[in-house]
Amino acid sequence: MSAQETKKITRRNFLALSGWFFFFASFFGFLASNLRFMMPNILYEPVAYFRAGKPTDFAMGVDERWMKEQRVWIVRTEKGVYALYGECRHLGCTPGWFPDQQLFKCPCHGSNYTIEGDVVAGPAPRPLYRVSVSITPDGQILVNKNIKNDVAPKESSSGNREGEQFLLKNV
Amino acid sequence: MNKLIKFITESQIWRSVFRHGVPDTERNQSLVVFSNVLLHLHPVKVKSHGLKMNYTWCLGGISFFLFIILTITGVLLMFYYVPETHRAYADMKDLEFVVSYGVLLRNLHRWGAHAMVIAVMFHMARVFYTGSYKAPREFNWVVGVLLLVLTLLLSFTGYLLPWDQLAIWAITVGTNMARATPLLGYEGPFANLLGMRIDNDARFALLGGTVVGQSALLRFYVLHCVFIPLVAALLMAIHFWRIRKDGGISGPL
Repeated sequence: MSAQETKKITRRNFLALSGWFFFFASFFGFLASNLRFMMPNILYEPVAYFRAGKPTDFAMGVDERWMKEQRVWIVRTEKGVYALYGECRHLGCTPGWFPDQQLFKCPCHGSNYTIEGDVVAGPAPRPLYRVSVSITPDGQILVNKNIKNDVAPKESSSGNREGEQFLLKNV
Repeated sequence: MNKLIKFITESQIWRSVFRHGVPDTERNQSLVVFSNVLLHLHPVKVKSHGLKMNYTWCLGGISFFLFIILTITGVLLMFYYVPETHRAYADMKDLEFVVSYGVLLRNLHRWGAHAMVIAVMFHMARVFYTGSYKAPREFNWVVGVLLLVLTLLLSFTGYLLPWDQLAIWAITVGTNMARATPLLGYEGPFANLLGMRIDNDARFALLGGTVVGQSALLRFYVLHCVFIPLVAALLMAIHFWRIRKDGGISGPL
């Protein structure tokens, strides 16, 4: 076969090739649009921030008043007030607060956390999330669960997590 | 009476449906299988060792039988169950305590589902131990593995539908594992290569959102009741057809 023959595109070849091209283009185009269709653009999920009340409403220790509704513990220690997100860092179950042992314990696979959120037992690889806390103009705590601080286990003791955004001091 | 039977079997309606005579000859017996859409997946003749129970233990047949039971009971359960977060749990409880024979159908569906997972696994073990995955049956082994995965996915998607605490947390744990998928999960290795975030990764596609909520329930319901059964039925047709094409039911050499 000469080089000229192989390059030659007949009308029949051209129509066949373009037919296949449009067949595959529309097939894979439709497939790609179907995949994109499965990813929603608007989520009808609960709003991720809420006003928790005045800091003075919260005594020393773990406060569970927002746990059921918002999945957040408001905790006051000597350092200040912070908000822990009630999602186990292993596979996302909700731990429970056991005041007698001063531990958060996850029912699913047994991870235990201290009042600071540090892991002391179980498979969880990282400490509990602290979420953003700030004071609104009317003096309430605004908890924003969209902003989480994710600290590596070793960094948690170095004061790293006590960034301004996640701890209210002198309130 | 004979006259009536003759009138029916010689009518045009009867003869348009059944295009063979009484199966008392080998030819008509073959025609019964050839001309029936449900039977034609079967071989016309079976080997005598195919009647021996203790080689295959009929585990594939049991799996298929359970699939049929699950399809029938599942379709019936769909008449009372609404996949909506405020209703789903109550509808499930209604099926147990209010709807006549609802508890029977729900438990048939529930235990049948457990039994199907066990039967499919035993079936796979039997095929493995008898070496029935070897040539020329390698392709059917692959189809079988896909069917095992679909069985487990049917089980997993059905797990969420009662919408009780067990369901919600089991699916929370299960889908959180998808976070760690390589490439496609936002906490998995190489997640950065494809720009994975919490709102575009594999878990997000599974749940239709970032939490196990309404969209997850609806998504699992549609997958459980329509999508996965359709794919499984298609693969089962191929699976049964290939058994015949690859030399019939497995038996001792």
